[in-house]
Amino acid sequence: MATLALPALPARYKPASIWALYAIGLMPGLYAFYLGIFGGLGADPVRAFEHLLGLWAFRFLCLGLAVAPLRDLFGINLIAYRRALGLLAFYYVLAHFIVYLTLDRGLILSSIAGDILKRPYIMLGMAGLLMLIPLALTSNQWSIRRLGPRWNRLHKLTYPILLVAILHYALSLKVIDPEAAFYILVTVILLGYRLVRPKIMERRRAKRMAGATR
Amino acid sequence: MLIRHAPDLTDNDVTDRSLYLRRREFIGGAAGLGLLGAAGQASARGLTYGPGFSTTEKPTPKKDITSYNNFYEFGVNKEDPSENAGSLKTRPWTIRVDGECETPTSFAIDDLIKANKLEERIYRMRCVEGWSMVIPWVGFPLKDLLAQVKPTSKAKFVAFETLMRPSEMPGQRWDTLQWPYREGLRLDEARHPLAILATGLYGETLPNQNGAPIRLVVPWKYGFKGIKSIVKITLTEEEPASTWNLLQPSEYGFYANVNPAVDHPRWSQATERRIGEADGLFGGARIDTLPFNGYADEVASLYDGMDLTKFY
Repeated sequence: MATLALPALPARYKPASIWALYAIGLMPGLYAFYLGIFGGLGADPVRAFEHLLGLWAFRFLCLGLAVAPLRDLFGINLIAYRRALGLLAFYYVLAHFIVYLTLDRGLILSSIAGDILKRPYIMLGMAGLLMLIPLALTSNQWSIRRLGPRWNRLHKLTYPILLVAILHYALSLKVIDPEAAFYILVTVILLGYRLVRPKIMERRRAKRMAGATR
Repeated sequence: MLIRHAPDLTDNDVTDRSLYLRRREFIGGAAGLGLLGAAGQASARGLTYGPGFSTTEKPTPKKDITSYNNFYEFGVNKEDPSENAGSLKTRPWTIRVDGECETPTSFAIDDLIKANKLEERIYRMRCVEGWSMVIPWVGFPLKDLLAQVKPTSKAKFVAFETLMRPSEMPGQRWDTLQWPYREGLRLDEARHPLAILATGLYGETLPNQNGAPIRLVVPWKYGFKGIKSIVKITLTEEEPASTWNLLQPSEYGFYANVNPAVDHPRWSQATERRIGEADGLFGGARIDTLPFNGYADEVASLYDGMDLTKFY
């Protein structure tokens, strides 16, 4: 497999670049909040803000899940940024949920409870949030050391999270528009890759072994 | 083009615009003095009715009504119609009215506007998605047009069709819906005085994104029944097909009456968010949705004996 030679960032800049990713990643949400306060989000600012937060959560989720295929297939190693991408997704999901509870539903608990129990797409969204919480809580070095191989297994939850996220998104729409179709395609590619990845890896290992014994 | 107001219809014609926009204060004052009858009294959520069929609730700002639209012929996003509808040519424009009637007729839009008495009707509009507006339409009763073609005794329903012109309606190039957009009413619904064909908004010609040059407004039904840019009206014996019902019959019924007790399968219809009420992100609390969108006194009798959970 061809490996793209990317100019490597000197190691000493790595922490700074990760913090920059957090800062840039939070920008769309903060900017939308600013616009929303000053009436720049159109006729239904709550809906626009809520949807924007959800969409960015989904985008960061996809970017986080794209790290492995980028490394496997193109030799682009962004593993150092994966935790930030995952946590950004989590922050956006959390903000999306808080906006739903407060600005959208006005903290009317009966309406929220009814909504969660009766609406499949709300339930799927809730399931995604619940699955993200343990991942966010264990996204630190201490947890990785402490959990060992169980950490990897736990963090495979990102795949069901992506699945419920796309269903949550698609089921909230009246029709599948081109934008939603694009995200469905991205989801299919990411989940599809996950399914074929063991085969690809195995074949590659076999090739390497054959090369080594020659 | 200006919308012609018949001189004997509303006080708005002779009222200074700024005074007119403050009319709620006067009506409120009049109600306080006991000058208005029961019709002027507040009901469930402080609804009061002025003369005719207009609500006295505060109209949604024009910029919201003209920039937040569902008109999939111009794209599926709310801002798409205001951005893309400029390409639609609304003249010349003909509406064909035919089917089960004695005198099928093709009307040129300007003749139709001249021949009918236009009225302002400030109606609530409730979208199936859970938001609402208060819209000052200008139009004329649909029943007046139907009377002109003399429906036969076989006519039981009215079918409507939107223009099909992908060159000017870019959304029609993507199969989000089955084009052209189609809608229908039962004949008695269509003859109800609340049902109008609107040709104006805020006292001016209807903007393209709101369904120019002529659209249906049935305020007790979800917004998607209000078919836009109509070119064809057909009186039929059988219940006609309607676009959203064709797409997903379990979610969008033929009747589509606003009903807080019957949820959309994927979301609740109990509450709504009034567009334009919030200043930015805060202050836009949800309000309760009313049966028949608050027009139950006028229209509920049309559905006597019908199971509205079945005929949603």
